[in-house]
Amino acid sequence: MRDNMENTPKDVFDAEQPNVHVQQTPSKLNELHAKKIVEDNKDKNGNGNAPDGENYSLNDDRRVKVLSPGALVAKRFFRNRLAVTGLTILVIMFVFSFIGGFVSPYGEKEIFYRDEYMLKEYAGAVENIEFRYASAPSGEYNSIIQAQSFLAISTGKTAFTYRDVTYTVQNEGEDFYSIFLDNKMIGIAFKDTMTPSKAGEVIPFEVQYSALKAYVGGETSFTIGGEEYTISDGDVFKGGEEYAYISRYVIQAIMPDVFLSRDFKNALTDAIEARNGVLTGSTTFEYTDDKGEVCEYTLEYDAPAKNWEIKRQTLTTNIATYSYPSMSHWLGTDRNGMDMLTRLMYGGRVSLVIGFVVVIIETVIGVALGGLAGYFGKWVDNLIMRIVDVFYCVPSTPIIIIIGAAMDHANLDPQIRMLYLMLILGFLGWPGIARLVRGQILSLREQEFMTATEACGVRVSRRIFKHLIPNVIPQLIVTCTMGLGSTIITEATLSFLGLGVRFPFASWGNIINDVNNTHVLTTYWFIWIPAGVCLLLTVLAFNLVGDGLRDAFDPKMKR
Amino acid sequence: MRKYILKRILLSIVILFFVGFIIYALMRCLPTSYLESVARQKSMTPGSKSFEEWMEQLKATYNMDSNIIPGYFKWIGNMFKGEFGDSWKWTVPVMDKFHDTVWLSFVMGAISFFFQIIIAIPLGVIAATKQYSKTDYAVSIFALAGISLPTFFFASLLKLVFSVKLGWFDLFGLVGRNHELLSASGQLLDKAHHLVLPIVTLVVISVGSLMRYTRTNMLEVLSSDYIRTARAKGLSERKVIYHHAFRNTLIPLVTIIGGSLPGLFSGALITETLYSIPGIGYASYHSMVSGDIPFSMFYLVFLAVLTLAGNLISDILYAVVDPRVRIA
Repeated sequence: MRDNMENTPKDVFDAEQPNVHVQQTPSKLNELHAKKIVEDNKDKNGNGNAPDGENYSLNDDRRVKVLSPGALVAKRFFRNRLAVTGLTILVIMFVFSFIGGFVSPYGEKEIFYRDEYMLKEYAGAVENIEFRYASAPSGEYNSIIQAQSFLAISTGKTAFTYRDVTYTVQNEGEDFYSIFLDNKMIGIAFKDTMTPSKAGEVIPFEVQYSALKAYVGGETSFTIGGEEYTISDGDVFKGGEEYAYISRYVIQAIMPDVFLSRDFKNALTDAIEARNGVLTGSTTFEYTDDKGEVCEYTLEYDAPAKNWEIKRQTLTTNIATYSYPSMSHWLGTDRNGMDMLTRLMYGGRVSLVIGFVVVIIETVIGVALGGLAGYFGKWVDNLIMRIVDVFYCVPSTPIIIIIGAAMDHANLDPQIRMLYLMLILGFLGWPGIARLVRGQILSLREQEFMTATEACGVRVSRRIFKHLIPNVIPQLIVTCTMGLGSTIITEATLSFLGLGVRFPFASWGNIINDVNNTHVLTTYWFIWIPAGVCLLLTVLAFNLVGDGLRDAFDPKMKR
Repeated sequence: MRKYILKRILLSIVILFFVGFIIYALMRCLPTSYLESVARQKSMTPGSKSFEEWMEQLKATYNMDSNIIPGYFKWIGNMFKGEFGDSWKWTVPVMDKFHDTVWLSFVMGAISFFFQIIIAIPLGVIAATKQYSKTDYAVSIFALAGISLPTFFFASLLKLVFSVKLGWFDLFGLVGRNHELLSASGQLLDKAHHLVLPIVTLVVISVGSLMRYTRTNMLEVLSSDYIRTARAKGLSERKVIYHHAFRNTLIPLVTIIGGSLPGLFSGALITETLYSIPGIGYASYHSMVSGDIPFSMFYLVFLAVLTLAGNLISDILYAVVDPRVRIA
């Protein structure tokens, strides 16, 4: 009765009351009030209807608002808070999945790349710890004498005899010795290597000797053959031009096409010396090359190989796998460098479409067979129900797993595979619906209204479609809504096991599939938790709506 | 009654025959089988026979050389002798593998079923007695959330929280690293420790439906006339609910619980696979994925038998428990 009172002034006042405290002052309220009444009257007069409700007589039919059964169901449904919550979630999920894909700036299969600095091996440096030998042009300083001289040096002798010939060893500085035979220098032994600046140039022995001697002795210049050479920090200049350099380290680039400049080698040597013989851990140093690019290098000692490894931070373009959520990718990227949020939208589309298609297939087969069995009874009923019994006993999950594995072997196209999946799921799911429909029709067939239709001479087809089926639909809708939820779970489970929807298509199940990798489980929550939450919310919403519909369709329900 | 049971059993056997046939035909029709991959592998080895020759030999060895219908009858004949052949995947007789795995699954199923009953029935009754209260909403949502939770997602969440973050449990497996070093009781405890997460998963996933069932039935009983009479007599609410209403709710509950008992043997396919618990579900999953026909065939028929047995038990129990139901 309350419904037909809506337009009376008292009701309008009631409806406005909540606003009073919020924004309206009492005087304003009165104005509004009056306006509203005028508007209401205008509306009614405009429509040419009867004037105010107060003018109806008490037994006037128009005082009673008549609601169709559908409207009653809707009313009961919308009073159920849980069901409305479920419906809201569903609407959000549908918008997210079906419209989200168009709004998202990225495509389902779009792969993203990122530039990363990666430490790549750049060069190796070995400290020269063994003597190197150079022979004077005149003297004979062969390998046997070299070995003998090494023996003498290491034992601290100043002379040694080999084949009755006595050689003398003279220490010229730290790790630098010259070997004499009959007061004539035949060669030198040294550890600091001298490399010419220009490739292919040969350094004369005298120059090498003098340069090394000066370097070891800490002198800054020497003169050979009228030419003046200067040394500074290992660099040897000849007449102001760079000629060679002296270093304890042998430095080589890893890649053959990389030329290591002298400056870089100096910087590297400095870095190694700065470590003061500490071999563990790594240090970094920066070096600016000729082009002005600054790169960071990492220096590490490789103990087994006894050399220094220099790694350079190199800019590399990689597929952006598992990048963390950021402004451009709200939920990060997945294993294949695809935007997670977009995949989630498309995945929802696939999951929902599969759910609907499967439930439609189930319903069509179920209603047809259940209806036949229920209406015709007798042997038709018996036959169909035995078929239903058989299908009811076929364990569906294992069967789908087996077929999924078989499709895996057959290397089917992912799209065709998805189609097969829907057909199989639909074909295995109908017995429940057939049972429901048959049971309903069996009991409805015996009711008085069916006898009445028969008595009135209504056609058989009209009796079935106009009188029987509409009475089954409420239960059917409830079952289908619940069925949608369970189908989505089944599909997700299969996809999770890798037997359902396959890459490149996304589905909520195969997005979570990544969790099989324990590293993803522990580190990258944004890969699998959002998909799981979507799945949970959607299925929960379908169940809530189904529950709400069941209650709403039940006329015995008071609320 | 005896006649009814006999009739049902005979009908079940007929149904089972057809179910078995469908499964057998399906297994035989699979596009690529285990045998083909073995034959392909063998024919690859140098100096070996051709693929076709290997295929023929393997088919003869594994009794796969007959057509589907004679093959099925042969399978049934062997079944009556209690022979289900040798599992291809596990390379032991099917029955051996079955005995090795089924008891673990049964223990797991039984424990989780026990917890389900303990949790679901009281909560369902409370929710029904306080219909539309906050408790009712909470229980309903909890039950529905349990039903709606995908097993794999829930298991992953549990693993993340309890195995990774808290480090209480291992991620996979039935036994720990030093299982062999433990004493007998220690080994048992170790296994129990590894079963905690799988059982929690099973309970939470499946407790919802029993809870809703209890609630619905309790509501139905509470709205019946004899409850109104009991209240009119002036009995205390406690007595009305726990003495009159609850006892009547037990009728459908006992029926459905009895009907689920055979299902305890079926194993939890997904849960066992997720936690790598070597029960029958895990074994059959790997058999099915690798195309092991004898074991999968046995497992599927076993499941069908369990389903039929469950239906039969619940129908019989219904007649036994509820004096109003009389079966001619």
